[in-house]
Amino acid sequence: MNYIASHRHILISLMFLFCTLGIWEWGSQPPEATKALSEYELLMGGADQKARVPPPSAIFERAFEELSDPFYDAGPNDKGIGIQLAYSLYRVLMGFFLAALIAIPIGFVIGMFPIMHKALNPYIQILKPISPLAWMPLALFIIKDSEVSAIFVIFICSIWPMLINTAFGVADVRKDWINVARTHELSNLRTAFTVILPAAAPTILTGMRISIGIAWLVIVAAEMLVGGTGIGYYVWNEWNNLDLTSVIFSILMIGLVGMLLDLVLSSVSRWVQYKE
Amino acid sequence: MNKNYYVKVENLAKRFPGESKGKDLTVFENCNFGIEKGEFVCIIGHSGCGKSTILNILAGLDQATDGYIFMNDKEVSGPSLERGVVFQNYSLLPWLTTLKNVTFGVRARFPQWSKERVIEHSMKFLELVGLKDSAHRKPSELSGGMRQRVSIARAFATQPKLLLLDEPFGALDALTRGMIQEELLKIWEETKQTVFMITHDVDEAILLADRVLLMTNGPYARVAESVTISIPRPRERSSVIHYPGFYQIRNHLVDFLVSRSKELSGAINTDSNIQSINTSAAPKEIDPIVDAMDVKSQKPDTQEQVRSA
Repeated sequence: MNYIASHRHILISLMFLFCTLGIWEWGSQPPEATKALSEYELLMGGADQKARVPPPSAIFERAFEELSDPFYDAGPNDKGIGIQLAYSLYRVLMGFFLAALIAIPIGFVIGMFPIMHKALNPYIQILKPISPLAWMPLALFIIKDSEVSAIFVIFICSIWPMLINTAFGVADVRKDWINVARTHELSNLRTAFTVILPAAAPTILTGMRISIGIAWLVIVAAEMLVGGTGIGYYVWNEWNNLDLTSVIFSILMIGLVGMLLDLVLSSVSRWVQYKE
Repeated sequence: MNKNYYVKVENLAKRFPGESKGKDLTVFENCNFGIEKGEFVCIIGHSGCGKSTILNILAGLDQATDGYIFMNDKEVSGPSLERGVVFQNYSLLPWLTTLKNVTFGVRARFPQWSKERVIEHSMKFLELVGLKDSAHRKPSELSGGMRQRVSIARAFATQPKLLLLDEPFGALDALTRGMIQEELLKIWEETKQTVFMITHDVDEAILLADRVLLMTNGPYARVAESVTISIPRPRERSSVIHYPGFYQIRNHLVDFLVSRSKELSGAINTDSNIQSINTSAAPKEIDPIVDAMDVKSQKPDTQEQVRSA
């Protein structure tokens, strides 16, 4: 009884799922042919002249097909969904960690020295609102490599939330804790690592979580532009192939992977969280 | 300052730049006092007289506008492990366990010690404050009293030459406060630390201190009196109030806080008086019990005489 009561939300979730899928399935059935198909109509794939959004059943079928062999590679235009996702993940993680490598130390400096905050703040404010894709032409021209340019775009979009959150978290460390470090004669470096870093870690992790979310949003658009590989390219390619079933399937995969990335970071952030 | 104190505070002053140019806001000035080695000194005064500022300057966390502090004949400048601080709000690092909070201090103090020795030493002090069983809990899982005990254990474990306590029991309820006061006494008697403590609580000061410094009201506050508490040790909360001189001391302290803290601070405010204050800057040394006996032997009427004397 208790078990059921505490899991009622699952029931409601499933209800929503089945209702939505049911309406979708029912709404996307082709009308029944009223007369026998001509040979031409049969060749064109049925009686219906109007293209329709594929029903969920078709998408499940495609998902099963794709996921049962996710890593096949049959040439540049036909790779498994696993390979495409792996390319995207590689770019996202690469750009993200490069950004972390730069943003966290700079954020530390900005947070620790108010003068640096004042000096750098105008640049941050003006660079932050630029859409990462706006950098793409410049990146392609300077770097001359579409692969690296995509990573650069991820880098530039994930740097800001981490930078700002780190600076904020570091500047906001309780004065008492700094005083504890001072009365224990800790060097600046040791204070930074043993007091400021753990104190600011939850705020920094929040910044990282925002960053990876944005990075995953941006990679799809970036790969649509640079092409070649990746889940963004895959979506666009399937659209060009007029294969809406694959488009919807890959949309779902993008959501799934994005959720997993967030889950990983949220479990890391739980690990550094502390209660006062 | 003729006596050779272990800690010497000379003509200490703290001023803040005034809002309108020219006139500075003087919190306190001409503060002179000393602390002997192994002595437990409490300082009492109304809010705003600069007690905490004095403590922070002693700790090296704040800077004086004027004057000097010497410890062991060396001038105090900047924070040092020789001076341990217990803050009012405990200041434990919330991401570390109780034990790690203590080893944090011990490791900073004795970097050459092995890991086992650091832990053993820290556990010893946790045991002294009765928190051996809570060694692996986080501060957020402890009550206010327990947190302050950890903070005290951390400060004593680093074995500083001077221990500074900034109203350590201010945030605790009366029952817990009483218990920790006795624990503090116990550790202090065991370690013979030199302690300088801020308090608002007259009874706490009498129970703990060898000497109580009394500060006049700010601005222009100063240390006006140094009252010796000659109640023999070891003291206990329950028995100390039955000591014959207890109320003499208590009345003297309360009387200072109620009336003299105001009167004496007014005197220093006028320009003509500043010179004369400078020459008699050392606090007046008072032992209410002895004074009361002196007066008693001359005249039967006691209390009023002590005050006007």
